[in-house]
Amino acid sequence: MTTAVRWFWFASPHTFFPLAGRIARWCAAGAALLALAGLYVGFGVAPTDAQQGEVYRIIFIHVPAAWMSMFLYLVMAFWAALGLAFNTRLSGMMAQALAPTGALFTFIALWTGALWGKPTWGTYWVWDARLTSELILLFLYFGFMALHASIDDPRRADRAAAVLALVGAVNVPIIYYSVQWWNTLHQGASVSFTKAPSMAAAMFAGMMLMAAAFWLYSIAVAMVRVRCMILERQ
Amino acid sequence: MLDAALCIVYRDLLLALRRRGDVATALLFFVIVASLFPLGIGAEPNLLRAIAPGVIWVAALLSTLLSLGRLFAADHADGTLEQMLLGAAPLGVVAAAKGLAHWLVSGLPLVVIAPVLAVQYDLPESLYGVLALSLLLGTPVLSMIGAIGAALTLGIRGGGVLLSLLVLPLFVPVLIMGAGSVEMAAAGLEPDAQLLILGALAVFSAAFAPWAIAAALRISLE
Repeated sequence: MTTAVRWFWFASPHTFFPLAGRIARWCAAGAALLALAGLYVGFGVAPTDAQQGEVYRIIFIHVPAAWMSMFLYLVMAFWAALGLAFNTRLSGMMAQALAPTGALFTFIALWTGALWGKPTWGTYWVWDARLTSELILLFLYFGFMALHASIDDPRRADRAAAVLALVGAVNVPIIYYSVQWWNTLHQGASVSFTKAPSMAAAMFAGMMLMAAAFWLYSIAVAMVRVRCMILERQ
Repeated sequence: MLDAALCIVYRDLLLALRRRGDVATALLFFVIVASLFPLGIGAEPNLLRAIAPGVIWVAALLSTLLSLGRLFAADHADGTLEQMLLGAAPLGVVAAAKGLAHWLVSGLPLVVIAPVLAVQYDLPESLYGVLALSLLLGTPVLSMIGAIGAALTLGIRGGGVLLSLLVLPLFVPVLIMGAGSVEMAAAGLEPDAQLLILGALAVFSAAFAPWAIAAALRISLE
């Protein structure tokens, strides 16, 4: 019983507001430090790739952004489900706060992918399975945000968007695998995404640091957004 | 429960019969969109044969989208939907019946008319069956997924455009499998895999989408 009370203690926007502020501050500081470390390792320590030269260094932004873009959708769907199940106000706000960050990371992943693709593949865009499913993910984020924005009552908007997020989350794997299949069906000899067989330790470390930095950044930004939403709504 | 579902299907079909114009518009749209592509791309037969499955499927998607806006709008406007919400039949069953009626009115005609478009595109006769079958299996999925979007955007300003933004990304797997099955058959291979997946999607959406539609309707009508 006591644990149940504890679980929902911070579900009230009122009690969550100061906590969110503290989390945001610490996570923002952590994100800045880790990003600095990650960029230093990525651009200073990591060796030049034997095949791709310096171009490959964009993966320190690209790969973590792509991870976050997919992960944040799941987190968003999780909060959406929680909001529908327990009818907590905060869950809907969390989902709404995560959506722009998720869309941003999806866009960054697409954009950096295009910049990487031009010197490596000779073209900004190929209809590769991953690129295509990432693009569709971006559309799903936009749909979520557009639906939320077009309903005036925030509580109703939260719940409608939550249903959409859940439907989308069920669809994401189906979309991913169908796009992959479509890709193999359409393109005979396609450029392969598989990179050099092994990755230098410094490259891996840089990528992990950047991924951690993006994690903390996402949390910090979501917290700041939730605080704004709490102020706005109440 | 089944009676209620049949009653709703019958009622929606009757309404569609009384307002034949609405049904005809979506069908005409399907035909016109498909006819525009040769005008834009050029009438080279090999090219047309290559793009036919994709074009016909995209046209089917858009045509379904066009008719989705009406799915709940009229019932919402005259209060019927609220009565359904209050009624004894589970809302999921009502939603499934509405989806089925929508498919019968706007999905099934596409299946029938698609071979005619295939003639326009000079598709080999042996592919008509696969094309019709893929549409037969795929369009129910479009109706069911689309109904979720229609329920979510019910009574929202700019609902029509929003509906397309919400629903089209979710239609992607159906499009890929549907057009893929015809292309597979055109290449001389067995299209079974794609058709089976389409069938699986149809069963899956028929089982789960009604509950999502019901949840969306409850939210929209509160």
